Amino acid sequence: MFIVGELINGMYKNVRQALETKDKKIIQDIAKKQTEAGASALDVNCGPASRNPKDDIKWMVEAIQEVVDTPLCMDSTKTDVIEAGLSTAKNKTIINSTGADKEKLDILVPMALKYKSSLIGLAMNKKGVPQDKFQRLELAATIVTYCQENNFPVSNLYLDPIVLPVNVAQAQAQEVLGALHEFKLLSDPAPKTIVGLSNVSQGAPDRSLINRTFLVMAQCAGLDGAILDPLDKNLMDALITAELILNKQIYCDSFLDAYKKK
Amino acid sequence: MPLELIKEKWSNKIDVVTIGATKAEGGTRSKAIKVGGETGLPYLLEESEMPHKPVIAMEIFDVAPDDWPDTLKDPYGEVLNNPLEWAMKCENEFKADLLTIRLSGIHPDAQNRSEEDTVKLINEITAKVKLPLIILGCGDDAKDNLILPRCAEITKGERCLIGDAVQKNYKTIVAACLAYGHSIIAESPIDINIAKQLNILISEMGLPQERIVINPTVGALGYGMEYAYSIMERARIAAFGGDKMLSQPFICFVGQEAWRAKEAKAKISEFPEWGNEKERGILWEAVTASAFLQAGADILIMRHPKAIEIVKKHIEELIKN
Repeated sequence: MFIVGELINGMYKNVRQALETKDKKIIQDIAKKQTEAGASALDVNCGPASRNPKDDIKWMVEAIQEVVDTPLCMDSTKTDVIEAGLSTAKNKTIINSTGADKEKLDILVPMALKYKSSLIGLAMNKKGVPQDKFQRLELAATIVTYCQENNFPVSNLYLDPIVLPVNVAQAQAQEVLGALHEFKLLSDPAPKTIVGLSNVSQGAPDRSLINRTFLVMAQCAGLDGAILDPLDKNLMDALITAELILNKQIYCDSFLDAYKKK
Repeated sequence: MPLELIKEKWSNKIDVVTIGATKAEGGTRSKAIKVGGETGLPYLLEESEMPHKPVIAMEIFDVAPDDWPDTLKDPYGEVLNNPLEWAMKCENEFKADLLTIRLSGIHPDAQNRSEEDTVKLINEITAKVKLPLIILGCGDDAKDNLILPRCAEITKGERCLIGDAVQKNYKTIVAACLAYGHSIIAESPIDINIAKQLNILISEMGLPQERIVINPTVGALGYGMEYAYSIMERARIAAFGGDKMLSQPFICFVGQEAWRAKEAKAKISEFPEWGNEKERGILWEAVTASAFLQAGADILIMRHPKAIEIVKKHIEELIKN
C-alpha cells in the first residue's frame, strides 16, 4: 500500500504555528515520525491561512528534506504553489492534485512530465463532486484519456474517486468502492487508485474506527494508496492485516513488525 | 510489428553478502566472495542484473562419511580420513570457490568429538587453506551451541558463514556471529513463513540483513525438488516486490540431498535398466543443482568434483547468454 502521511498540513494548529514562527523542528519531527510509522510519501500543504503559500511550501520542502528522503506530495489547489514545491524537491514527488477540467490538466500534466512527478487525479470537475459510480468513472476516464494522449504514463497516475463524509453522504461510500474497482479497467497497464481517507469520518465521533473500517473495505476493492494519518496505530495495524489477508504480504508470526521493516 | 518483450521492473533487490576477508580486510583468506545483489528473477539478464554469479562450495567433514557411495568416494580417496588434507585437495586440486566444513563428528550420537579437537582442526584448516569458509554444526542444539561459538571466536575476522540457525535455536549462534564478525545461515524447513519469521528474529538481535543467508531446505530430483523450487520462487518474487525479510541470498545443500537419493547411489547390478551409477550419481547432483540455480540459488554446496565442473560450466553459459 502506498501510504501518504497527511499530517504536514497548515490546517493543523502545530503546522500553522511552525509556518508563522518558521520553526523547522516542528515540521521535521512530524516528517520523521510519519516516515518511521510507515509513510511511503508525505503530503505537504500550507493550509488556507498561508499568505505566501509559494514561499511557505518551499520552506517546508527544504526543512523536510534535511531530515528524510521520503517522496513528497505537493498539495495545493494553486498550480503555481505546486510548481514552487516541485522545483525545490530533491526526491520523488507526487502532484496533489488535478481534477478532470481541461484547464487544470493542461497545466498539471505537462508539469508532472517536466518534473518527472506522479500525479493524483480527482474524479471531479468544476461542476462539483460526483454523485455516483458512473459519474466518477466518466471523470476518471477523461483524466486517463488526457494522460494517454499527452504521453503521461498511466502507471504514474493515481485516481481518487472522492471520498465523502459518511455522516452527510452515507450512500456515497458504496459508490466509491464500486468506482475503485472499475477505475482499474480503464487502461492497461491500469491506473493506480488512492483515497483521501480521513474525509470519510469528517465531523463524526470515533473517527479512527470509521477510517480503518472503510480503509479495509477499500483495500478489498483493490485500493493502491491512501492519504491518511500513519500515527494512528490501530489504522496502520488494520491496513497491514488486510494486506496479509489479501495475500499481498507473506505471512509470518511477526507480520506487523515485518511490514515496518519494508 | 516486432514482438516487444514485457520487462518487469522491481522495487527491491537481494542483499549482497560477503564471505571471507582478505589480509587488507582483516582476515587471512585469499579472496572475499560476494553473493546476491540480483535485481530480478534468475538469468533474465535483459531486464535485471546479477552482479555476482552463483558460487559452489565444496564440502568436507571432520570425520570420514560412512554413507557415501563409491562413486563419490573415488575422486577423494584416502583424504576422506584426513579433513585437513581433504580441505587442501579441494583448494589445490579441485579449485573450489569456497570450503564448507561440516562438523558432523561432534554429534553426541556420532563420534562426539570434543571442543578441543574441533578447535585444533579449524585452526589447522584456517592456517593451511585460504578459501573463504563456511562452518556447519551437527544439528544437535546443545553441542552446536557449545562448539560453534568457539569456532566463531578462533576465526574472528575471517568473515565466515556459520550455521545453521533454526527457529528453535538461533540466539547463541547469532550472538557469536555478532561478536566475531561472521554471517549466519538461517534454516527453515521448506517453509516460507518460518524463513521470514527467523530472519526477523535474527535481525531483531542486531545482525544486519546483509549478514544473513537463507537455507530454504531443498530436496533432490525426485524428492520434493519442485516444492522447494516453488518456495524459493515465491520468496524471490516477494523480495523483489519489497519484502526485506526475504531479500537474502539462498544457500542450497544440493550434494547432501542428491547423494541420499537411491537413484544416485544404487549400483547398476541392482537396477540394470538405470545405467552406470558412476555417471548417474554425478548427473543426479548436477541436475538437482541446475534446477535450484533457476530458482535463485546463490551458493550451492556440492560434493562430486565432476558434478561441480558440469554445473560451473552451466553457470558460465547462463550468465553469458
